[in-house]
Amino acid sequence: MSGVALEPALRARRDAGAKLLVTYMTGELTADWVDYLQVMVEAGADAVEIGVPFSDPMVDGPTIQEASVRALERGATPEAILTATGGREQPVPLVAMTYANLVLRGGLQRFAARLSAAGVTGAIVPDLPLEESGSWEQAAGGAGVAAVLLAAPVTPDDRLGLICERSHGFVYGVNLMGVTGERASLARSAAVLAKRLKAHTDKPVVMGFGISTPEQAVEAASEADGVVVASALMRAVLDGAGIAEVGDRVADLRAALDRG
Amino acid sequence: MAEPSASGRFGDYGGRFVPEALVPACAEVEAAFRVAWADPAFVGTYRDLLRDYAGRPTPVTECRRLSEVLGVRLLLKREDLTHTGSHKINNVLGQGLLTLAMGKKRLIAETGAGQHGVATATAAALLGLDCVVYMGEVDTQRQELNVFRMRLLGAEVVPVRSGSRTLKDAVNEAMRAWVAEVDTTHYCLGSVMGPHPFPWMVRELQRVVGDEAAAQCRALLGADPDLVVACVGGGSNAAGTFAGFVDTGAALVGVEAAGGAAVARGVPGVLHGMRSLLLQDEEGQILEAESISAGLDYPGIGPEHAFLAATGRARYESAADDEVLEALQLLSRTEGIIPALEPAHALAWLVRAARSGEVGSGSTVLVTLSGRGDKDAQQVMRLLG
Repeated sequence: MSGVALEPALRARRDAGAKLLVTYMTGELTADWVDYLQVMVEAGADAVEIGVPFSDPMVDGPTIQEASVRALERGATPEAILTATGGREQPVPLVAMTYANLVLRGGLQRFAARLSAAGVTGAIVPDLPLEESGSWEQAAGGAGVAAVLLAAPVTPDDRLGLICERSHGFVYGVNLMGVTGERASLARSAAVLAKRLKAHTDKPVVMGFGISTPEQAVEAASEADGVVVASALMRAVLDGAGIAEVGDRVADLRAALDRG
Repeated sequence: MAEPSASGRFGDYGGRFVPEALVPACAEVEAAFRVAWADPAFVGTYRDLLRDYAGRPTPVTECRRLSEVLGVRLLLKREDLTHTGSHKINNVLGQGLLTLAMGKKRLIAETGAGQHGVATATAAALLGLDCVVYMGEVDTQRQELNVFRMRLLGAEVVPVRSGSRTLKDAVNEAMRAWVAEVDTTHYCLGSVMGPHPFPWMVRELQRVVGDEAAAQCRALLGADPDLVVACVGGGSNAAGTFAGFVDTGAALVGVEAAGGAAVARGVPGVLHGMRSLLLQDEEGQILEAESISAGLDYPGIGPEHAFLAATGRARYESAADDEVLEALQLLSRTEGIIPALEPAHALAWLVRAARSGEVGSGSTVLVTLSGRGDKDAQQVMRLLG
């Protein structure tokens, strides 16, 4: 299955004046997890991250950890997740979010090819920083998968330039010094980093970590091109929210971003 | 043993596989350690603390009665006699001083058996630093006394309830905490693992064990020992010991817990910031190590050990829980030394290898006795019924 190329799709939406909304779904979190993914797309997500759970998720806070454990207990494997993903074509780009060990286990090229075959056109691997991601960027690129790199509030300017240069699809700005998860308010570091990234690159700049509410999404998107909302949606699913309810939440985020 | 490459690699192993937010912190630790380790004033202060506070040098004890039983000439490097009772103190005094040199006020640490946690809490108390120790909930239960010790020393102990609730999860949680507190806090990693520069830095801070032992062996034996043996979880006491002997003719043997034998059963992968040999399934999910010894309950091994195994300079064996308990009792009864469960693995392998003839009669053997058995007394009492 050929997926929707990540960077052209995000650029087109941004250039048409929209703020980008990227949502997240842990693969195999529930038996009907692809329906959750589908409703996110229908409710206005511009791209969806698919979490491919790892036993030791170093950058994830309690919510994504819990979702990962639950999915793994259901027997989640990269293969099962990608098979289910490939079974339903989506009109927006899909981006895998996982950790280096799963990518490396069967070989970089094999993993990249597997993503591509499932229609996944981007990948975020947070424990492959610049110095360690070279071969992965090559393998991903060769398979038509955009290797998305992350920038942090403490990243110095020269590094920020390199990250912007080498990141494909979009540049992922990490709002705060900490792990993923819901926060009461948006970190002050978010706007500062967004501005710095925008000064470095014309690629789409999407901010993530700690964005829970429509208000926070609007605030975080003000200096950037868009936002990732993950833990807040997974918290809802973990607490029993059905497909329609998750669709409503994504629609609320979409509407708030469209109002600006 | 040599310095790792600029990217922190020992051969194919090592590196710095951390989230972007921790890259500057790792670089800062590396730069600070390079300056400090070349600074006679820093090294002098460190050496003074090792002597006046930790009680170094530790002796090498010749085990006459056990030697007779095993048919070898057995020497023990007595890290059990240091302040806090294990080799962990060597590392934490160095990293504690480095924390001050970096202008930070707070230490966080992971711990398995609790020895590194106690050592870190000790160094923090001595140097006036705040201290938080992350410990798997399972380990807080099997090492209750060490939890109390850490609290008595003024540290906060945070039980970790994620994953297998043991050492690997304590490392995850400490890494997560470090990201959020990196301005003020140094992560005092307890073994030769994690992202560069930790595997190299911790080996350098532990090499005092091997350097002392090599000189002591020469004085006692008039030569280097035939065999040098140490237990390996992450592998810090073994790395420190091997550092003193890698350039000699001594054969080097690391002994892992049978339930955590990363060299025998692991495959290369990335965990906790390093590329090394890891116990994992076919998908790349990390498997839980299982051992009676909380200190060896780790599904990986330090990257330099993976490298030494690949080059053949050191070899890695394992010991099972029952033979470990037997070796612990044997040393206690023949020498009046109760070892911790961790170094009892090194002894257990030696007992097996001496009985099978794999270690020839009359061989000279140095075993690093990395810690004393007090912390394990309750658990051993239960296990022996």
